[in-house]
Amino acid sequence: MSSIISISGLTKTYADGLVALSGIDLEIRRGEIFALLGPNGAGKTTLINIVCGIVNPSSGTVVAGGYNVITQSRQARFNIGLVPQELATDWYESVWGSVSFSRGLFGRPANPALVEDVLKRFHLWEKRDAKIMTLSGGMKRRVMIAKALAHEPTILFLDEPTASVDVELRRELWAEVRGLRESGVTIILTTHYIEEAEEMADRIGVINKGTMVVVDDKIALMKKLGGKHLTLHLQQSLAAIPSALADWPLSLGAGGHQLIYSFDSDGADTGIDRLLHRLTELKIAYRDLHTSQRSLEDIFVDLISERKGRGP
Amino acid sequence: MTAPTINHFAIWAIYKAEMARFARSSIQSILSPVVSTSLYFIVFGTAIGSRMASIEGVAYGAFIVPGLMMLMLLVESLSNASFGMLMHKFSGTIYELMSAPVSHVEMVASFVGAAVTKSMILAALVLATSAFLVPLEIRHPVWMIGFLLLTSVTFCLFGFILGVWAKSWEQLWIIPGLIVTPLTFLGGAFYSIDMLPPAWQTIAMFNPVVYLISGFRWSFYGTADVAIEVSLAAVFAILVVCFAIVAWIFKTGYRLKN
Repeated sequence: MSSIISISGLTKTYADGLVALSGIDLEIRRGEIFALLGPNGAGKTTLINIVCGIVNPSSGTVVAGGYNVITQSRQARFNIGLVPQELATDWYESVWGSVSFSRGLFGRPANPALVEDVLKRFHLWEKRDAKIMTLSGGMKRRVMIAKALAHEPTILFLDEPTASVDVELRRELWAEVRGLRESGVTIILTTHYIEEAEEMADRIGVINKGTMVVVDDKIALMKKLGGKHLTLHLQQSLAAIPSALADWPLSLGAGGHQLIYSFDSDGADTGIDRLLHRLTELKIAYRDLHTSQRSLEDIFVDLISERKGRGP
Repeated sequence: MTAPTINHFAIWAIYKAEMARFARSSIQSILSPVVSTSLYFIVFGTAIGSRMASIEGVAYGAFIVPGLMMLMLLVESLSNASFGMLMHKFSGTIYELMSAPVSHVEMVASFVGAAVTKSMILAALVLATSAFLVPLEIRHPVWMIGFLLLTSVTFCLFGFILGVWAKSWEQLWIIPGLIVTPLTFLGGAFYSIDMLPPAWQTIAMFNPVVYLISGFRWSFYGTADVAIEVSLAAVFAILVVCFAIVAWIFKTGYRLKN
């Protein structure tokens, strides 16, 4: 599949000495939804801002839609849309005015029908004449998205799109993002929620401390990362795992009061059913049980130690 | 899709947005400079001016009109052009400008173009008001408009630089409030440089505003402290310096990009 964005050897050290990116190589495929997953301060926003032309890289090259973002910036930027993390708009401007402004700024002739369509899709049509300062936080977020779509970009960046967004807008947003993908738009979103990446993305890139830790198809990656734990709170503690349970990957916790089973939630057979059945047969009683997703932090620790294990 | 060679859509969008901001704050941005300048005409022109001798054959009330217009023009050009840029930095909307397919020349043209339009509207209003209050004469109207336009462009560019440089609203007022206004008062807005003691006349020649006021006054009454060619050269010199600084700002991304 052809790349729409090629990033190679990208580094960024800010004037205060902060190293935000240390050697990023990344290919974004045409027409995919790519999730850039990482904790706060991992370099997600810096990476996006370099592609969009807001931050100058220290070294390395970025080619977007076939154009170098530094030497052919006008043509590169012409097809890129950005929804930044912060709600930054002219508060005294109307919704209609602000969205129309963005379309013009990105070099498109006025097209009231298109702006109307975008506003309707994001439930902003009723508020088209309202000043942005009078809107709620969720509505302001919709304006930010509408502004980014007003010039019909073929590459769309969503920087933490669901930060401080209610469930309803989140669902709408995801539906809209999928619709955009159907129409051929490539979407790159950043998030620090693994569930969000899992729900939306075709591929996921994990970034930590300015380095790409792993880039893989979602399904492959979730298999690798997305393990779950089943924790059984036992009535009576166990000193060791009974040999009759050797078929399951089990461990003991809380001084033998907890039996922990790691399983793959995407698998066809999680093995939970047979495990619980066997426990009943063995008369191992439990008073409570719960399953939990492995946290992003656990996954980072795994990925980073895995890399170290492989050697430099 | 291919980007246009000149992004005239963006120039127009920024220009319109800046003019809309101007219209939204019309009381502050139109009424206040017109009223305060008119107060000078009333106090110094009509009230005190009637007791003062004419200068170089021009009634005192009329004599101060070019200088006061220049004062208003310099301060308003600086603050209008700088305000727009600082507003974008302050509210965070600068992200959109910096990520848009807009060249540096286009960005400067739109911001400075809008600020110059505002300055020219204000100058026209102040001139019309002064015509009611003092006996006015304009000997070289084409020169007058040309000088007005040239000074507006120069100081709007200067204002643009100020807006990029300033990190706070307070800093925005340092140049117009603490430098340009005193230089204008000392630059012959209220008197002819000839009236100063010889030593002060020499010092005054280092004040760039003297050349602006002198040239502008010449277009009204045909009298000047320095030759019109010298005035023109001074405005062009400031203009060139401003252009050079703007070019440097965009080349380095100074205070615009990290």
